Amino acid sequence: MPISENDIAKVAQLAHLELPDEELKIFVPQITEIVSYVEQLKELDTRNVEPALGGLTPEGERTESSRPDEVIACLGQRTALAEAPAAAEGHFRVPKVLT
Amino acid sequence: MFRESIEFSIKAAEELNDTLNAFLQIDRKGALQRADELEGSTRGELAGLAVAVKDNICVKGLQTSCGSKILGAYHPPYNATVIERLQNAGAVIIGKTNCDEFAMGSSNENSAFGPVRNPWDTSKVPGGSSGGSAAAVAAGIVPVALGSDTGGSVRQPASLCGVLGLKPTYGRNSRYGLVAFASSLDQVGIFARKTEDVARVLTVIAGRDKHDATTADVPVPDYQKGLNGDLKGVRIGFPNALFGKGLDVEVSAAVKQAVQVYQELGAEIVEVDLPHASYAIAVYYIIATAEASSNLARFDGVRYGFRAEDAAELRQMYRKTREEGFGPEVKRRIMLGTYVLSAGYYDAYYRKAQQVRTLIKNDFINAFKVCDAIITPTAPTPAFPIGEKVDDPLAMYLNDIYTVTANLAGVPGLSVPCGLSTERLPIGFQLLGPYWSEPILLKLANEYERVRPFTDRPKVNADRN
Repeated sequence: MPISENDIAKVAQLAHLELPDEELKIFVPQITEIVSYVEQLKELDTRNVEPALGGLTPEGERTESSRPDEVIACLGQRTALAEAPAAAEGHFRVPKVLT
Repeated sequence: MFRESIEFSIKAAEELNDTLNAFLQIDRKGALQRADELEGSTRGELAGLAVAVKDNICVKGLQTSCGSKILGAYHPPYNATVIERLQNAGAVIIGKTNCDEFAMGSSNENSAFGPVRNPWDTSKVPGGSSGGSAAAVAAGIVPVALGSDTGGSVRQPASLCGVLGLKPTYGRNSRYGLVAFASSLDQVGIFARKTEDVARVLTVIAGRDKHDATTADVPVPDYQKGLNGDLKGVRIGFPNALFGKGLDVEVSAAVKQAVQVYQELGAEIVEVDLPHASYAIAVYYIIATAEASSNLARFDGVRYGFRAEDAAELRQMYRKTREEGFGPEVKRRIMLGTYVLSAGYYDAYYRKAQQVRTLIKNDFINAFKVCDAIITPTAPTPAFPIGEKVDDPLAMYLNDIYTVTANLAGVPGLSVPCGLSTERLPIGFQLLGPYWSEPILLKLANEYERVRPFTDRPKVNADRN
């Protein structure tokens, strides 16, 4: 299926990427080529095949991963905010949400 | 005594970095302090072992950039579980190694901080994505390094740099503190020049971790035990169909030579077929990009890392931050992943890929009914020139043809150096085994090392060990 610049622009929007036109022009043929390469999977009849849920081993699937519902120590406000590009009053600061 | 060997590694890392660009951060002060603390204290299994760590694995106190501008000099407030275990055993982290951005690449050219150079020939790539770790071990800077392997990112650079590289069974090592790329494929792996070192590090870092629900509750043996012993009765599968089109003749000859060596050591060689292997790259680049598009959604300029300036409102800030922060390959994969998951395409691409993944997994289950391990090349060619494939993403993806199947099926894989090309570039073979078969893979590698030790050293070399 042909992929247009419009399709890629729409995908970029879904992925929260602001692609300039020159990047869009490079990506369209590259993504078209990769998508047409992966289309080869259509040759295979998979009507009766269950999809794999990850590369999990039988032992991994049997492993009990639940834990008691108990309060445990967490990072804490100061540590959690230490790497934030903008923090204020114990919160993450962001630009205006409603415009 | 510890101080001396750690000082050696740090000095070598510093001196060779202008040439190799293998390290993004070298922790001279911290590592020497740690070496001093170890003197006289209770010595762990890895006391004084210098280790380099790929820059997508969190080490408290050091940066974690993932080779990306979007994280920049992010300092994680915690250690990855594998790091916690290494340090508790007395290992000393000497620095963080360069890699393809978010581990996406097969040549290390996708790092925001410049490519790593291959110590055997600095005009060639070291492989990727864990190229800095592979180069650091190959050049003799450290005996051991950690990397991550999502589609071959430990085994392929190991092969291109002439060292051992292990990707364990999915769920063997904890992924807690490994920055997620494709969660159902990622595993922390080990680089070393000696099989024994791979074994002793795996013994320390492997096992169940309550912080990672995908680690399996499977006992961890002492992998150093059982490294020696004859190979009589061991059946090695030879998938003849994988030795055809696209495989370099010198690589093919070197791997077949290794098969011969195993036969002489008493192993039985049996023909096996992996009928869906040729579909693995297509499956991989759907599943890996789909998972990446979801995992990398967290990089939005709010909680850590880089934020673009001058955004008038929140959505624009997200978009500008991601546009300016991510490099081209990461954007390409996020876009592909978003595309294959988008409404109307999910069944045609993602579901279909997961079904073919089942077929690939079943290929291995069937093959391992008649053999204990499978031998293949690790990479289709020796190291290629820097710049050769940067404009052709699909050609770059095809480098992973022999390695991605192990990640899709969850089985372990180990790359073993087995010779040099006429251009004096390393060649490696890959051993694949059933789930939890690391002991047999390590034994096979160790026996090979005993009779065919890989003693050649690269041009760029720290000149010890």
